[in-house]
Amino acid sequence: MADSLVVVTISSVIAASAPLVFAGVGETLTEKAGVVNLSLDGTILLTAMTGFAVALLSGSLALGFLAAMVVGAGIAFIVAYGSIALGQNQIALGFVLTLLCADLSSFIGNPYVRRPGPSVPHMPIPGLASIPVLGPIFFDQDMVVYLSYVVIVASWLWIFKTQPGLGLRGVGERPEAAYARGVAVQRTRYVYTMLGGALVGLAGATYSLSVKLGWSHGHTTGIGWIALAVVIFGGWHPLRVAFGAYLFGALKSLGSLMQPAFPDVPTQVFQTAPFALMILALLLVSGDFTERLLFYLPPRGRRLFNALLRGTPPAALGKPFRPG
Amino acid sequence: MSARQPRLSRATLALLPVLLALIFTTLVLLVAGANPFEAYGNILAGAFESPRKLADVAVAAVPLLLCSAGGLITYAAGLWNIGIEGQMIAGALATTWLINALPLPSYGLLPLSVLAGLVGGALWGLLAGVLRTFGHVNEIFAGLGLNFVAAALTNYLIFGPWKPPDGATMSGTDPFPQAAWMPTLPNVRMSLITFVLALIAIGTVYVLLRGTHWGLRLKAIGLNAQAARRLGADTTSNMLLAFAVCGALAGLAGSLQATAVYRRLIPQISGGYGYLSLLVVLLSGSRAEWVPLVVFFFSVIQVGSPRLELRLQLDSSLGGVLQASVALFFLLIRGVRERLERKRE
Amino acid sequence: MLHPCSWGPGMKIELHDIKKHFGPVRANDGISLYVDSGTIHGLLGENGAGKTTLMKILAGYQPYDAGGILLNGRLMRFSSPAEAIQAGIGMLHQDPMDFPPLSVLDNFLLGRSKGLAQGRREGEKELGELCQRFGFALDPDVLANSLTVGERQQLELVRLLSLGVQVVILDEPTTGISAPQKKLLFDTLHKLAQEGLSVIFVSHKLDEVESLCSRVTVLRRGKVAGEAVAPLSSDHLVQMMFNQRLSPSTRADVSLGEVVLELQDAAVRTYRLSVEHMSLQVRSGEMIGLAGLEGSGQRLLMQACTGLERLAAGRLSIAGRDMTHEPYARFLEAGVAFVPAARLEEGLVSGLTLCEHAALMARTGDFFVHWKDAEAQAQKMIGDFNIIGRAETMVQELSGGNQQRAILALPHDDLRLLILEHPTRGLDLESTRWIWGKLLQRREQGTAILFTSTDLEELVEYSDRIVVFSGGVMSAPVDAGKITVEELGSMIGGRQQ
Repeated sequence: MADSLVVVTISSVIAASAPLVFAGVGETLTEKAGVVNLSLDGTILLTAMTGFAVALLSGSLALGFLAAMVVGAGIAFIVAYGSIALGQNQIALGFVLTLLCADLSSFIGNPYVRRPGPSVPHMPIPGLASIPVLGPIFFDQDMVVYLSYVVIVASWLWIFKTQPGLGLRGVGERPEAAYARGVAVQRTRYVYTMLGGALVGLAGATYSLSVKLGWSHGHTTGIGWIALAVVIFGGWHPLRVAFGAYLFGALKSLGSLMQPAFPDVPTQVFQTAPFALMILALLLVSGDFTERLLFYLPPRGRRLFNALLRGTPPAALGKPFRPG
Repeated sequence: MSARQPRLSRATLALLPVLLALIFTTLVLLVAGANPFEAYGNILAGAFESPRKLADVAVAAVPLLLCSAGGLITYAAGLWNIGIEGQMIAGALATTWLINALPLPSYGLLPLSVLAGLVGGALWGLLAGVLRTFGHVNEIFAGLGLNFVAAALTNYLIFGPWKPPDGATMSGTDPFPQAAWMPTLPNVRMSLITFVLALIAIGTVYVLLRGTHWGLRLKAIGLNAQAARRLGADTTSNMLLAFAVCGALAGLAGSLQATAVYRRLIPQISGGYGYLSLLVVLLSGSRAEWVPLVVFFFSVIQVGSPRLELRLQLDSSLGGVLQASVALFFLLIRGVRERLERKRE
Repeated sequence: MLHPCSWGPGMKIELHDIKKHFGPVRANDGISLYVDSGTIHGLLGENGAGKTTLMKILAGYQPYDAGGILLNGRLMRFSSPAEAIQAGIGMLHQDPMDFPPLSVLDNFLLGRSKGLAQGRREGEKELGELCQRFGFALDPDVLANSLTVGERQQLELVRLLSLGVQVVILDEPTTGISAPQKKLLFDTLHKLAQEGLSVIFVSHKLDEVESLCSRVTVLRRGKVAGEAVAPLSSDHLVQMMFNQRLSPSTRADVSLGEVVLELQDAAVRTYRLSVEHMSLQVRSGEMIGLAGLEGSGQRLLMQACTGLERLAAGRLSIAGRDMTHEPYARFLEAGVAFVPAARLEEGLVSGLTLCEHAALMARTGDFFVHWKDAEAQAQKMIGDFNIIGRAETMVQELSGGNQQRAILALPHDDLRLLILEHPTRGLDLESTRWIWGKLLQRREQGTAILFTSTDLEELVEYSDRIVVFSGGVMSAPVDAGKITVEELGSMIGGRQQ
C-alpha cells in the first residue's frame, strides 16, 4: 500500500541517519567549544572498522561500541592536544588524520572485509510501536536509533538549559570573557573535543553494526564530510543539525527511490545529488544573497528565517586562546 | 654552541618524523600480525626491483609533482584547496571530451589535450574560488562538494554517453586513439614528456613564489590578509587567480594521467594524488625546493605498496599509513619544538 | 574564598608600590593608591600612563611584578579575574566582556554558579530588580549584540553587582554612550557610593571627573603624578596630567601649495562611534595634527581619507578629484598612504622580511621582482631611518621602535597625502626627533601630512593647524601657533574654547 511504503521509507531513513546524527551532534559540541575536528571522515572509517572487528572478535556488541568510542575520543585528543598544547593548525592536523585513519582502517580492517558479523538487534518498544504511523517510524528500531533520539535531546538540554552548557557556548564565542568569569577554557576545549570524538566513534560503530553491516574499504562513503557540512548547515544547533542529518538521509533514500521512475537518468546523478545539494545548502546558509533576500521579508518573518536557516559559527572557532 | 644547534635541529626535524612514522607503522604491522621487515623490504623491492619499476616511480611522481606545485600556490595564500582532487578530474574530463570531439593527428591532438587539461582544471578551481570569495562557502567544503560532483560526473560519463560500444564496465571508456597517446620510453610506462612537464611545473612555481610580485602578494595575503590589503595586495583577485593556477596544474595532472598512463578515462582517474599532494605541501614546509625529495619518497611508497598485496596478502594502504603518519609526526614534532622554544623565552 | 558580605558594606583598597613591566617598558613604576569605601575615586592620565594596566592588576587580569594589594588590611593575590570577583572586585572594561550572540539573560547567568541548573527564573527576577533599582531598561530576551554600548555596560554592571562586588572599576565608560545613558550611569555610581561601595572611575575626561569624583589620582608615565581632593580644579588636573611647559611653538613658515584634500560636511558612521559634519581643507605641504583622546573619531577621519571607510554623507576629494565612493586602490594610485599604529596587526606582515616589504611596495608594473632593487630600497630605508636590522630580517624580530621606523620608511617619497596614526608612539626622544626630521623633509617636497598624537607638545610643535576630536565631534581647525599646550589639553578634556 502507498502509505505503508512511505512509513517504511521514513522508518529506514531514521535508522540510516543515526550515524550522521551522532557524528553531527558530536562535532557540534566540539565546534561549540571552538575546535574544528576535520578528521571526521577518517575517524568514522576507523571506528566503524574497530567497532565491527572488536564486536566480531569478542562476541560482544557493547565492547565493539566501547572500543569505537575510545578510538574516536583518542583521535579527537590528538587534534585537541596538537592544536591547544602544541599550537599547530587544527585544519592541518584534522586533514592529515583523516587520511591516516582512512588508510589505517583499510589496512587493519583488511582481514575483516565482507565477513559476516554481529548486528544490533531490532527492538521494537512494546506499546509505543503499535501507535499508528508514528509507532513503526520511531519506535520500531534498534537500540542505537533510540540512543540517537536521546543524544539529540540530551545535547539540546545540556547546551541550552544547563549552566555548564552556557559556559560551553561562552568558551566558543569569546574565550577571554569566559575566562574572566571563571570558566576553565582549555579544559573545556579538551573535554568537548573528546566527547565529540566519542560520539563520532559511536557513529562509526553504528554504521558497521547497524546500518551497513560488516566492513569493506571505504565503507562509510564520505559521511564524515557530510557530518561536517551538516554542522554548518544546522547553524551549530543540535536540533537543526539533527534535522540536517535526517534531510540528507532522506535525499539519499529519495535518490534510490526515484531511480526506477527515471530509468534513463544514470544512477550517479541520484547518488551525487545529495552531495551537490549540500553545497547549495551551505551556500544558502553562508552566502550574501540570502542576506539581501532578508530585507524583503517582514520583521517577524526575518527573525524566523534567521533562526531557521542562518547560522554564525562560534566566533572563536579555530582560534587559539592564551589567558592573561 | 648555538651555531651548531640550528643545523642539528634541522636535520632532526627532517628525520625524526620519518623515524617515528616507521616506529608507528611497525606497531601497526605487528598488530596486523605481519613481519615489519618483510613488509618494508617488499615496499622497497616493489619500487626498485627493476628498471620498469623505477620508471613507475617516475610515473607516480608526475601527478604528485604537478598537484604539489599547484597546492603550494593556494597554500601560500592561506587557502586549504581540498578541491584539488576534483580539479584533476576536471582536467581529465576536458581532455577526454576534446579527444572524442577532434579526430586530429598527434602533433595537433597532444598539445591541445594538454591545453584542455589546463583549462578544465582552471575552471573547476575557479568555481571553488568563486564559491569562497563571493558565496562565503568555506573552500574546504566547496572543494569537497565539487570533488564529489566531479567523481560522479566521471561515473556518469563512463557509464553513460562515453561508454564503450560493447557495454559499460569499471575499466572505463574505450582506449583513446593512438594519436592521443603521450609517447612513452621503450619498455616502460614512463613518459619523458610528462616528467619534464612536471619538473617544469615545480620549477615555475618555485620562480612564481619567490621571484614575482604576484607570488609575494600571495605570501603576504596568506600571512596577514589585512595588512597585505593595506599594503596594496587585493585579496579577492589574487585568491581567485591562485585557485585558477592551482586548478590548471591539477587539471594538467589529470589530463596526463589519461593520455600517458591509462590512455583512457577510468573512474579513479585522480587516484587520490590530489589529497596526497596536500600532504606533500605540508611536509615540504611549503618550500618548493623540498617538494621533489618528498615526492620521491611518496612515489616510492606508492609504487612499492601494491607488492604487499601480491606477496604478503597485506592491504596496500599501509603505504598511505606510512605517508600520513610522517606528516602527522612532522606537525607534532614541530609543535613540540615551538613549545620548547616558547618556554625558553 | 572570603565573601565580601562577611565584612559588612564597604571595602578599603590599598595598592602599595605596584610595579609591572612589559619587556623594557615600565607600565607601572611603583604606584601606590588608596581608595576608601563609599567614594568615587577618579584615575586620570594620558594614554600609556598606566591606568588600565593598574586596574587590570587590581581586578585579577594581570599579575604584578612587585608590590602588594590589601583589601581591608588583608594582603591579597589574585591569579584570575574570577578570584578577584570572589574577593569583591569587579571591572567593567571599555569594551564590556560580554557574549554578543547570547541573550541578555544568558549573559547575566553565564559563570554564575558551579552547579547544573541555570537558575533562569531567579536570575531573571534578580536582573529585573537590579534594573529597576537603577532605572535601566534591559530586555532579558534580546541578544547582546543588538544592545548599544551603554546598555551593554548596564548589563555588565548589574551582573557584577549581583555577584556581590564591593568595588567597581570602570575603564573609560563614557566613550560611545549617549548623554542620557551617561546621566543614568553617573546617578547609578552615586547611588552605589552612597550604599558604601567603592567606585574607581578611570577616564581622561576632565569635566566628568570633576563632577563625579570626590578624589582623583593622576598618573603619568607609569608613576603617580599627584592627587587631588574635591573641589577639583581642572587647571590643576591638566597640569598634573601633561606637565607641559608653556612654550609656544617655533617653526619656520612653509609656503603652502594647492588643496590636496577636501572634506565637505563628511560623516562616518560605525557601530561604536559616528562623526558628523567633518569639513576640512588641507594644502600641499601642510601638517594637520589630530588631537583628542583615543576613540574620539580621529581614526575614522583618517580611514575615510584613505578610502578604508565609506562616507555616510558628504564629499571627499583628493587633488580636486571626487573620491567619495572610490575604493582603496584608487586612493593608493592618487598618492595617498595610511600608516597605522598597530604595527604587526595592520602595518606590517609578520613573517616577511624588510626586503620583501620593500618589494611589495615597489611601484613597478613588472612581473618579476627585482630583488637587487628591493634590497637596495630596504637598505635605503634602514639607512634613512636608522633601523637596527638588516634587509633580510623578518619584521617581527625587530624591536617595537624599529618596527615603527620601518612602517614610516615604507611609503613612497612623492606622496600627495600621508596619513599617520601615532607616528612616534613607543619611540624615545632621539628617535622621535629623527622621525620628525624625515617627515619635515617630506613636507618640503610637497606632501601634506595628517597625523594623530597623544603628545600635546608634539602636536603644538609640528602642526600648522590642529583639529580636536572630542566624543565624536570635530572642532574647527585651530592655528597651532596661537594655542598653548595647556589650552590644547583643556580642549581635549572636553572644554571647548
